Order: sequence, then C-alpha cells, then structure tokens
Amino acid sequence: MKTDDLISSLVADHPSRMQPVWMWLLAGLLAALPLSGALFMMSLGPRPDLATAIHSPFFDFKFVVTLALASAAAALSLHLSRPNASLHGWMWLLALPVGLLGIGVAADFAVPQRVNWTGRLVGSSSVACMSAIPLFSVPFLIAALLMLRRGATTRPTLTGAVAGLMSAGLGAAIYAAHCMDDSPLFVATWYTLAAVFVATAGALLGRRMLRF
Amino acid sequence: MRGQEQEWTDLMRSANAGDTAAYHRLLSAITPVLRAAARRGLLRAGQSPDQSEDIVQDTLLAVHLKRHTWDAKAPFAPWLFTIARNKLIDALRRRGRRVFVDIDDFTDVLPGEEAPEPSNGVDIEAHLKTLPERQRDVLQSVSVDGLSITETAKKFAIKEGAVRVALHRGLSTLAARARKDLI
Repeated sequence: MKTDDLISSLVADHPSRMQPVWMWLLAGLLAALPLSGALFMMSLGPRPDLATAIHSPFFDFKFVVTLALASAAAALSLHLSRPNASLHGWMWLLALPVGLLGIGVAADFAVPQRVNWTGRLVGSSSVACMSAIPLFSVPFLIAALLMLRRGATTRPTLTGAVAGLMSAGLGAAIYAAHCMDDSPLFVATWYTLAAVFVATAGALLGRRMLRF
Repeated sequence: MRGQEQEWTDLMRSANAGDTAAYHRLLSAITPVLRAAARRGLLRAGQSPDQSEDIVQDTLLAVHLKRHTWDAKAPFAPWLFTIARNKLIDALRRRGRRVFVDIDDFTDVLPGEEAPEPSNGVDIEAHLKTLPERQRDVLQSVSVDGLSITETAKKFAIKEGAVRVALHRGLSTLAARARKDLI
C-alpha cells in the first residue's frame, strides 16, 4: 500500500475521537467492582462484628492504606500510559501508602494491646489473606490491563506491575471487610506480600499485553 | 529544526480541535522524517532499507491510534520520536535482531540529506487481505480508491455510521495484526 493512501484513511478516521485512558480505566474498574464484590460475598462475606468493628481505628486504617495504594498506583499507571513518561518524581506517589503503613505500624507498637507483637504479626488468617486478596484482585487486574492497552506505554512490564498494585489495593480493601486481623503489623506483612504477588502477575501479563 | 517541531505541535493542537486538514498536513509533514529515520535505523542495524516503508506505515498507524496519549501541553516531536523508535525496535526484533536504537537517529535529521523515494509498504497490504470483509472493503475504498466516507457508504449501500465504524475497526485490527507478528 502507498503511504499516502494509508494517510488518507487515517485522516478519514480522524473524527472518531479517542477517549482519554483515565475514562476507560475508571469504566473498567467500575465494571470489575460488582464481580469482585460477588466473589467476596460468595466466598467469605463480611466479618460478623462489622457493625462494631467500624468504630475501631485499626480496622478503618486497613481501608485507608489499601485505598491509598490503589489511588497512588492508579495515578502512576495513567502517567505511565503515555510514551516515554518520565519516572522522575512519580515513583514517590507510592511513598504515600508505604508512609501510611509506617505510621500505622508505629501506632501499633505505641498503644498498649492484649496480644504481644509476634502474635499480632502472625495473626489468625494469614493464609486466607494471601489467597483471598489475589482472588478479589483478579477482576480489577484484568479490567485494568485491558483498559491500559488503550494507552501507549513504553514500559509495559512496569505499567503492568503498577496495575497489579492498584488491583491488589482494591482487592485488599474488599478483603479487609472480612479479615479479623486489624493490626497494622499484620497488614504490613501479609497484605504487602499479597500485593507483591499480584504486582508480579501484573508485570508478567503487562509485558505481553501492554505493548503497542 | 525548532521551527518545524513547533509547527508539528501547532498542527496537532489544531487537529485535536477538529481540524482535519491540519491533521492531514501533519501526517504528510512527518512522513519524510520518519522515512529517513527508518532507513537510517535499518542501515545502522546492518539491514536492508527496503522495509523502511513498512516501519513508516506501522508508525503512522500507531500515531493515529495513540494520538490521545499525546499531552497537548508538551511538544509533539518527542512523543512522535518515542513511538517511531518503538516501532523501529519492533521491526528489528521481528527480524530476530537485538539492537540498540539511538534516539539521535530521529532527532538529527540533516537538513541537506536527500529525501529517499517512497516505496510501497507490503505488511499492511498483506494484513489488509486478512481483515473481515466489511472492514477490508471500507479500508480499501477509503485508502487505495481514495473515496470519501459518503462515497464509500453509497458504493456499498450502507450507512455512513457503519462505514466509520468499519474504518476505525479496520485500522485497529491492522495495528493488532502487526503486533501479533511480534509474538
């Protein structure tokens, strides 16, 4: 084909406006939410003492830190969806959830508690946590990767990993409503491990899916 | 060089505002630069520059389908050269070469350099044949036959909206086929 002919067809297609990637990502995550919610209700469901738990600062903290991770990673993934996006300064976004986690752990040690710190770290549900968070992350991760394909990242592996962190943050926020372990020490250990696992999956998938 | 890059940025801004003529001028203006860079990249990798037109077309297609990822506040040229570099690397990788592409290949276009004659691309032509019938017919009509959307709609007795959809899907499928060749 002649290049001029190709250009004619591109120009003819110009009126088909492309929506920005953030709109697609938002739509994808909103579509994934009921799926993850349904998985949650069918498998674990909320903890029985939910009504009283919401008055506990450490219980609420789990949502703050997981949603902070999801928001920071979402912003970063959108930034990365432009070609040759500069990383300078942007990776600091991830310091937000990490910093929050640090403050939580410090508070965990500062206030007097019934269970000693090793007991709080090991908790009672680490295995459930490690399997449930990735499970609830799956719909978000698939949606995020499909929507980020509409971007043009020159770092597909990194963008996939960040999409994994975002999905893990959302999946963890859902799981947190079931999880009986509220200690930030537990969250910093097991939630983080689960997030690293989902981020790795995201990186491997992103490497293939996000090339353009 | 500066003046040219500023002109591209202005053209792309006008194009985003809905100016189709500006979009046409922009694509026509960047094509010779992309062609020169693709030839230089192939030669540097020890490859024949014969396939440079395929790289040019693959790049134009990506520019078109990813144009919403250009930040209108930033200059256009660096965005363009990143996409072009990416497509050159893909093309070389497809031929089993691991290569390092110098970004200077794109930015250092010598003013006196003679413009290579455009040749025909073969990849898109080949992929075109594998498209679903409607997409292929519409794309063929709008590109090779040079008909407008309205004329194409009349020719195949379908609605203009259907022509637009088929055209856009066809272009997206072409880009997807090119990507598939990689894996």
